[in-house]
Amino acid sequence: MNNEKSCCCSAGNCSSIESITPYDKNDKWVAGELHTAKGKVPVISTKLHFKDILGAWKVRWGIGRMNYKINPGLYAIGKPDNTSPVLVSANYKLTFDVLRKELSGINCWLLILDTKGINVWCAAGKGTFGTDELVSRIMKTGLSEIVSHRKLVLPQLGAPGVSAHEVTKRTGFSVIYGPVRAKDIKAFLDSGYKATEEMRTVKFTMWNRLALTPIELVGAAKLSLTIFGVLFLINLFASRPFGLSDFIAYAGAVIMGTVITPMLLPLIPGRAFAWKGWLLGLLWTLGFIWYNGWLVSEFLLLAIGYLLVLPSLSAFLAMNFTGSSTYTSFSGVIKEMKIAVPLIALSSIAGIVLVLIKSLMA
Amino acid sequence: MKHRYLKNVATLNLACEKCIGCGRCAEVCPHRVFSINERKAQIVDKDPCMECGACAKNCPTNAITVKSGVGCAEAVIIGWFTGSEPSCGCSSDEGCC
Ligand code: SF4
Ligand code: SF4
Repeated sequence: MNNEKSCCCSAGNCSSIESITPYDKNDKWVAGELHTAKGKVPVISTKLHFKDILGAWKVRWGIGRMNYKINPGLYAIGKPDNTSPVLVSANYKLTFDVLRKELSGINCWLLILDTKGINVWCAAGKGTFGTDELVSRIMKTGLSEIVSHRKLVLPQLGAPGVSAHEVTKRTGFSVIYGPVRAKDIKAFLDSGYKATEEMRTVKFTMWNRLALTPIELVGAAKLSLTIFGVLFLINLFASRPFGLSDFIAYAGAVIMGTVITPMLLPLIPGRAFAWKGWLLGLLWTLGFIWYNGWLVSEFLLLAIGYLLVLPSLSAFLAMNFTGSSTYTSFSGVIKEMKIAVPLIALSSIAGIVLVLIKSLMA
Repeated sequence: MKHRYLKNVATLNLACEKCIGCGRCAEVCPHRVFSINERKAQIVDKDPCMECGACAKNCPTNAITVKSGVGCAEAVIIGWFTGSEPSCGCSSDEGCC
């Protein structure tokens, strides 16, 4: 190898002339290094360390989610040689962990694209997991001199960003789309790149949906702090101050929209998310009002007010879950929102007015 | 249980005469919208299409058109306020590998 040649590192930081991918030896997931025709490549462990699991838990709750990434470039799993398959993925650490965990006992290369720490699906939608980045990453790592074959395995969910025929035209590498889920990758490689219909289909299981709810809850909690602040101010003048029962009514509506609706999604009748959320919010509010005996004339104003506000709140929060779902289309969401947003707004305003009348005027 | 979203909204279109039957669209579609019959692609069921754009992007003859975008209410709201194209700061899930 010619040491005089200008640096071939993929990222700006170039501590070692010979390393193709900059990495930190102290990271628990680096198991060693491998020498190739183009320089050193870090070898990746297929075991998750406690720190990886903690990291995954933290990002689920929205802590440091935007900065959980690894350096893009080429990595090795096991002892790959010039005939080993090349898998392409994103530089979001959670994606990387989910993938490498499934690769024990396999010898392969991992070509990690710079998706700014975003998962494959979302990065493909944004175009950062895309044709240009893939082509330039192939060039920067010198992949064509490290492997003798001309095949790349991309995750199927990366397809919205990558144009397979264009990659072939520009680099000579042909693109094979692998399975949707990382857990199927071994079976896919073993079968000679054959994906079953099942491996190709996106699912959205109760468990997938539940794993997404913490983020929704954290989002709703942030919004709630503002509301509580306003209520606190109102309480200073109120003849019927907001108290624990109001808090429970509110919290229940939030949980209906952010946790229960996503969880029961396919079981709730109807198709629009806002509708599903509204329905559960209504059930909750009705139950709550009945339980508190607010169906008497003294509390009627408050009861009607809450019946207008709370289901709308659940509807709005449920509608936001469209962003996390894996089957809503842009045209569908627009159609849903054109109807739902004005209704939610009107109903909320009317409800808030009634509740305030009740609170401020005894 | 199968998820179902709104009917008859997907903007997906297939120009059969341009299709060369390569099978890419059926390979990439995450909702199995296409099937290949006698070396021609066919839309089996349009409603599950989530307009991700994968088929159109990977069709070598540009036989497929779809107005792709993120199906995300939050992004649409932000788009309305800022007057820009909706783009998603979306969260990750296990299904994404
Ligand atoms: S990708 Fe295009 S050319 Fe290939 S089968 Fe589908 S529609 Fe036909
Ligand atoms: S846009 Fe996506 S979901 Fe719709 S048909 Fe094409 S690949 Fe399938």
